[in-house]
Formats: sequence, structure tokens, C-alpha cells
Amino acid sequence: MWEYCENSLEIARLRGATYADVRVMHLRQRDLTTKSGRVGTLGQSESIGLGIRVVANGAWGFASTDQLTREGVALCAAQAVAIARSSALAKKENVRLVPEGTYVDSWQGPCLKDPFEIPLETQIDLLLAADRAMHKVKGVTLSETDMQFRKIDTWFASSSGSKIHQRRVISGCGIVATAFQGDAIQKRSYPNSFGGQHVLGGYELIESMDLLRHAPRVAEEAVALHSAPQCPEKQSTLILGGSQLGLQIHESIGHPIELDRVLGQEANFAGTSFLTLDQLHKLRYASPIVNVVADARIAHGPGLGTFAYDDEGVPAQCIEVIRDGEFHGYLSSRETAHLVGLPRSGGTMRTEGWNRLPMIRMTNISILPGPWTVENLIADTDDAILMDTNRSWSIDDRRYQFQFSTEIAWEIKGGKKSRMLKNPSYSGITTEFWNSCDAVCNADHWVLWGTPNCGKGQPMQVMGTGHGAAPARFRNVKIGAAFSNQ
Amino acid sequence: MSPRRQQHATKRGDAPVVALRPERELHKIGSTVLRLAKERGVPEAEVHIDENIQALTRFANNTIHQHVAEQGLVVSIRTVVDGRTARVTTNRVDEDALRAAVESCLSLAAHQPKDSRLLPLPGKQNYRAVHRFHAATASLTAEERARAVKRACQLAERQGQVAAGIFSSGQSQSVLVNSRGLSAAYRQTNSSFSITQQQGSAASWAKANAGDVREIDPLRLAKIAREKAVRAQNPVELAPGRFTVILEPAAVLDLVGFLFYDFAATAVADKRSCLSGRLGKAIFGKNVTIIDDAYHPQQLGAPFDGEGVARQRVVLVERGVVKNLVYSRRSAKRAGVKGTGHGFPLPNEYGEAPLNLVVGGGDTSVEEMIASTDRGLLVTRLWYIREVDPYEKIMTGMTRDGLFLIENGKITQGARNFRFNQSVLEMLRNVECLGPAGRATGEEAFEMVVPPMKIRDFHLSEVTKF
Repeated sequence: MWEYCENSLEIARLRGATYADVRVMHLRQRDLTTKSGRVGTLGQSESIGLGIRVVANGAWGFASTDQLTREGVALCAAQAVAIARSSALAKKENVRLVPEGTYVDSWQGPCLKDPFEIPLETQIDLLLAADRAMHKVKGVTLSETDMQFRKIDTWFASSSGSKIHQRRVISGCGIVATAFQGDAIQKRSYPNSFGGQHVLGGYELIESMDLLRHAPRVAEEAVALHSAPQCPEKQSTLILGGSQLGLQIHESIGHPIELDRVLGQEANFAGTSFLTLDQLHKLRYASPIVNVVADARIAHGPGLGTFAYDDEGVPAQCIEVIRDGEFHGYLSSRETAHLVGLPRSGGTMRTEGWNRLPMIRMTNISILPGPWTVENLIADTDDAILMDTNRSWSIDDRRYQFQFSTEIAWEIKGGKKSRMLKNPSYSGITTEFWNSCDAVCNADHWVLWGTPNCGKGQPMQVMGTGHGAAPARFRNVKIGAAFSNQ
Repeated sequence: MSPRRQQHATKRGDAPVVALRPERELHKIGSTVLRLAKERGVPEAEVHIDENIQALTRFANNTIHQHVAEQGLVVSIRTVVDGRTARVTTNRVDEDALRAAVESCLSLAAHQPKDSRLLPLPGKQNYRAVHRFHAATASLTAEERARAVKRACQLAERQGQVAAGIFSSGQSQSVLVNSRGLSAAYRQTNSSFSITQQQGSAASWAKANAGDVREIDPLRLAKIAREKAVRAQNPVELAPGRFTVILEPAAVLDLVGFLFYDFAATAVADKRSCLSGRLGKAIFGKNVTIIDDAYHPQQLGAPFDGEGVARQRVVLVERGVVKNLVYSRRSAKRAGVKGTGHGFPLPNEYGEAPLNLVVGGGDTSVEEMIASTDRGLLVTRLWYIREVDPYEKIMTGMTRDGLFLIENGKITQGARNFRFNQSVLEMLRNVECLGPAGRATGEEAFEMVVPPMKIRDFHLSEVTKF
């Protein structure tokens, strides 16, 4: 693979590129699903190719190819340079990159049990058993399970001399029970909705989930929701489960701190951000108990945003985003770092595959644990609603106003978890919401959740991001707007 | 065997011109896979070969900041042996790689319980011809896109506005063959231009998508966005509530697009469709008719489905009544009806869906809708739409890039953006009038032929800060 990298870099140089970096990527994926006792999807795929990004005439160009031959990569590199020259027709100023070191390295993410080496029968048998366990609960009308495994090898080389190989294995799994009754559909998922939990790691994740123990519970809850009262519409104290808080972080902290959004580069599609440059080190983003980091290092955990180097060859880092409630850090790249006075990129440039341009993406955006146990937090709460497991999520294109709904909720009365509620939702304004946070649970309840489906960019790229979160409490939140006035 | 993509030595604008392979080369790959499968003793095999060449010029802050091109070919193989099937996909097309893919597919398929409902592969089909490949789009260069973008950015600058958007063009082809003699082929071109123009804190947007790039006028779209951004200055904050809204086609598309899977027979059988228990009922207004029609002149896409079955035109909703669903071969057999050619590639758990929606229009122009509105809102575009309630089809989302207050038949000023929580079923009961339908494009749903609509009592639940 290095030969293809070097050939393309050399052609780019000869064609006049002043900087170039190249990624050869080999992606392997296995997808398994079941539905109501039968195998649904059963597929495996692989894709290998090369993408080269160049600066020529002071502007960017990118081209990619699956033709891994000397001629194929040479044409691809030439195309990238030609594209850069045409970009220069509409440039305002030359591309400027902050300095970065040169690295020659090889890194492999954690993986105790290669999921591609686990017998397929083992995987299918587990899914079918979980499926049956849900389906046999009276009232369940649809049971679904899924597993997904990915193995991604990346060979990165730059005209600055870096040569980095990384291998990341990603595993994910989830189960869902759906119950249709009368004029309503209710569902429950485990361990999370929209594909379950995903981490950087191997089949050991699946074994740790204990799907068969949770399958009857989620099925019974899906049915029970039909008899539960509607979540009321009111201003109330809200306690969020860890996975829902992870998505709240993703949408209302992770996206606003992307510097490309802040600088208007996503204005046409993903949107911009309320976190304009004048807010850095000044905005009280959250209450003083809230601390949030963007941490791509393996020391943070095996998240979907964990790696050794980003896709422009910058080592993984921990960025302080919110310290004691104050806003202190954006997600940056080599091109954008200097615009916020940083001497170095924060190392957040990531690409979906060999045919996509690296762009600023979340790594692991995590809230740091607080001092509370879940039991103490509930005992300390007189009147609240506890919501868990996301059902829908939406936020405006500047990341101010959001609305989330969850699969299930419970009333908290007098320090005790009481009756179940259906159709819960909450909404608010980002900074007002985070400033109302008065409790975060401790490390025993903290999980590094994986969000495998974050879309951004044109052409669209889907990226996995990590979000460490524990249950947390928020005061005076608007509850129930999604179903009001219907 | 390793067919190479045609890469001409001739250059335009110093860029190598990359073209699709001749169709016969894709057929050759398909034949090789079928031969390898037969040699291995596989009774039935299916091969999809998809080739894709795409390029996109992306701009923001009145300059090009991303500019990309990609090319790739993917071979997807499905084997059927003794009631078991699986799919393996690869982009390596040498014979050894294809042989390995066939072996992987057999291995995957073997390790699962037998599926008594699995059907044999379909045989030869007859397809209605569609012509959706345009040389002008296929030959559009990076430089030509860059020059068009530059003109749009200059227009924005002259107005003191900031432009961001894309200009994309591409070509693709698909060949599908199977061991029962089915052989299908399709190629098309595609192009999009989208522009957001910001002036101060206000923004507006325009976008077009077509198979033939000559149908797209970037400068006209830039001018539309420019004028709307000017009108959107100093937006007024309104109290939430139920409003008469005029949804431009992109806004209609992005909402109606969330209904498409509900028309899948498999979704109804699984009881996850909002149409469960509602077939044959008048659940929309009498002025609502929705058809799935892959042959509509403004549609793109292949005339066959994921199994190679010819797509049929299906009336989904006629004058408000849900008339038909769409079917794959499998869901059709279960329902005891004829398939409609809407299946996804197997194996999958979702079955099928209509992908070429055509929503019937009317004869009221947007200007006439505005003129007939005492108080309401004109909505350019919606954003981040998600399903809140799957059976009542309550969707939430935001207005974006151009929301205008209408008073006494005239647009009076911009309005701050709202969150909506609105049942699409209710919305389509409250359509007061429709404009002419045309091909439209948004960001949340796929392209479709759709009219602008004037709708009463649309529920805007909360307001944001801009």
C-alpha cells in the first residue's frame, strides 16, 4: 500500500502540488439482522481504494480511485491537482496549514476477539435467541435484532514525510421490541435505540451485553407503555439516562464546537453554530458542575472517536471543551486552528472512507463524571421525570433550540421512581438547558456511548462518534411539547 | 480478468476525463461471476455491478473550500442454495477476488436456518426504456463548475451577502444479471446546484436537481436566494401556535418523504406503518393524489428493482383514499397479489418502498396562495425532521433559510424560525390549494415531483433565537 501512497504523492508533487496527503483504506463490514424470528440481512462487504488531497495554486483538490495500479493512482493524483487549480479560480486567499510533526507509526485499536473470526452460527444463534425471547411476550408485534462489525485499515502518508498505518475494529449490537395496539406504536430498545451500542473493540462487546437477560424486559416494557399514562406537558425537573445524555451532548455541544461550522463552511447543509469566535473563553455554556472534553486518546476509552492519529496525521489529543461550565475549546484542523489562535490542530479531521475528504468531526465528546450515584440522585429528587433511550432528536441549524423524545419515562415522586409514562419529550435552548444542570452521576454509571450514524458534509459522510455520559439532572425544563395541541 | 475504466489521455482544463466503462464490460464481470458460481455448483446466483463517477464543488464564504471527485465500481453477489441466501459485496474485480467473494457468500449463507419463504430468482423480464444519460452532464468539468460557482459568489458579494453551497455532477450505471437469464442495465447522469445566501443574521436558500445539467441555472438560483435573503432581514418573533403556511416544494417534499416507507406492504405486515388499519380509507384531503411512477419524465432512477423486476406505476393515494401499497416478490406472494417491482436487494428485512413519488399538483401559483392569505407564513425549507409518533405520523423539525410573514395577501417581513410538531396525516387533510407539481429537491428526503401547498392549522410549537 505504501507504494501507491508514494506514487501518488510523487505525481502530485511533479504536477505542482505544494502539499499532499493520501489515504489508502481497506474497509471490511459484516451486517446481520433478524426480524420476528427470521434472518433479515446477512451480508459482508469490502472496499479498498485511495484518496489524495492536495494544495496547488494555494487551493484544495481531492480525487479518489479504486484503480490501485501505478497508472490508476497517477491519474488520480493528476486529477486532484487539476481540481485544485480549478478551485483556485474562486479562491480568496491561499490555504494555510499550522505546522505538525512528522510521524512514522503503526497502531491497532483494542480488539480481544476478532468478530470476523467468530463463527457466524454463534452470532446468528444469539440474535435469533434474543429475537425469540422478545417475540414470545404477548403483545409484541415485531422483534428485531442487529449486529454490525467493521475492520478499517488506513495507510496515511503525507508530503511532509508522515507514514502511519492504523487498524480499527468496531463492533455494535442492539435489540428492539415493537408493540402495535389500537392506534399507537410503542417500542423499546436495548442497550440503545437506532442500532444499539457500538464501540472500538471486538466480539467481547457483544458478550458483555447479556442480550438474553434484557430481551424479555424490553419486550414487556414495549407492551406496558400502551397502558401507561401520557407524559404531561409542564415545566419540571428532568433526569436523563446516560445514553440520552450522550445524544444531548452530541447535538448541543459536539456539533456547535465544530470549527468548520463556526466558520460558515457548513452553512448550506449541516448548518452553522451559535458559538461564534467571540464566545471562546467567555461564554458560560453550562452550570459550574459541568466539564466536557473532546478526547480521542485510547486512555479515554474504546469509543467510536478513539484513534492514534486523525486523517491528516495529527496525533490524538484531549481538548478541554467546557471547564467548570465555561466554554474553552473548539474542534479544529490544521487549516482552521490558527483562526482561534491555536499553534496546532486539535486532531479532529476524519474521513468515512477512501473516497471522502477528511473533515472536522467529533471524536469522543464526553461529560466528566460527577459525585452522585443514581440511587442518591433519585432519592434527592422530590418531583421529576426520568427519561431514557432516544426516540427522536432534532435541533436547529445554529444549535440553539432542540427537542428530544425518548422511548420511556418514569415519574419521580418523593425521592422514589414511580409510574411509567409514555410519549415523553423535552425541549429547550442549548445554553439555558446546560446551565440548569445540577447533578451528574459518578464513574460507576458513566458509559462511553457510540453514535454510529452522524451525518455531515457534501457528499454526505457518516461517522461514528463517542459520548461518555452518566445520568444527570436538569431543573425547570419544558416537558411534553412534542405532543401538545395535537 | 480485470477490466479497466476508460481514462482518456485527452484533457479538458488539464484534468484527465474519466468516463464510465462500456456496458459490455460490466456484463463481462457479471458473466464471470455466474460462471464461477456455476463451477462451484451453486444452483442460483445474482450479480449487481454498479459503477459511479461523481464530482462536487463546494463553496462557503464566497470561495471554494472543498472540491472533490470519486470513481468506483462495486460488485455485489447473492447466492441461493437450499433455501439459504446471503450477499457479499466487493470492489475488487479480478477473477481471484470474485471467486473469493462467491466462496464467502456461500459460507455466509450456509450458516443460517433454512428460510421456507425464500423464492427462486426471477427469470427474464421486459423493461420499458428510459433515457436518462446526458452527455452535457457527464462531460461537465471541475473548471466549469468552479466558474459557475465564482459567478454566484460574485453576485452575493455585490449584495454584501455570503454564499455557501454545492455544484455537483456525476454519472452512474448498473447491470443486474442472474443465473435464470435475467439481464438488466441502466445508466444516468445527475447534477445539483444548491446555494445559501446569508446577509447579517438572515439567510435564504435555493436548490435544483436534474439529470441534465442544462436544466439547472445556477445564477437564477443565486438570484432567488439573494432576493429572499434581503427580504429576510430583521425577522419578527411570533408567538407559537397554529398557522396557515405556504410550503414551497422543497418543504413539502421533505415532509411527504417521511411517508414513503409506510406504503411498503412489508411495513404494513410488520404493523409499523401508519397505514396499518387505514387501507382503503380516506385519510387525506380529496385534493391529495400520490403516485409512484419511475417513468415520469421528471424522475430519475432505474426501471427495475433490487431483484431486477420491472417497476410498475402504482397509484398510492387517489383523491385522499389510500388505494395501493407497493410490493416486492416476497411480500406480494404473502399477500396473494402481483408484485409491483419495488423490492430492495435481498436479503433484507425491509422489503420494498416506492422511490419515485409523484404528488399531484393544482393550478394555484405561490403568488396566488400568498395573495389569498390574510395571515400566514411562507416556508422556504425545513430542517432536521424526525418522527415523534410513528402511527399518527407526527414529525418534528425546524423551518430554515427563509421564513416570511404574510399579512393581508402580502409578504411583510421575515420571521424567526419555528419548531413544528405536525402530523403529516393531518397536514394532508388540511391542504387548501396546490400549485403545479415539478421535480424538487431538499435535504431530508429523496427527490420527487411535488407541488407547493397551502395548508391550514400547521402546528408551530416553539420559536428559536434567529
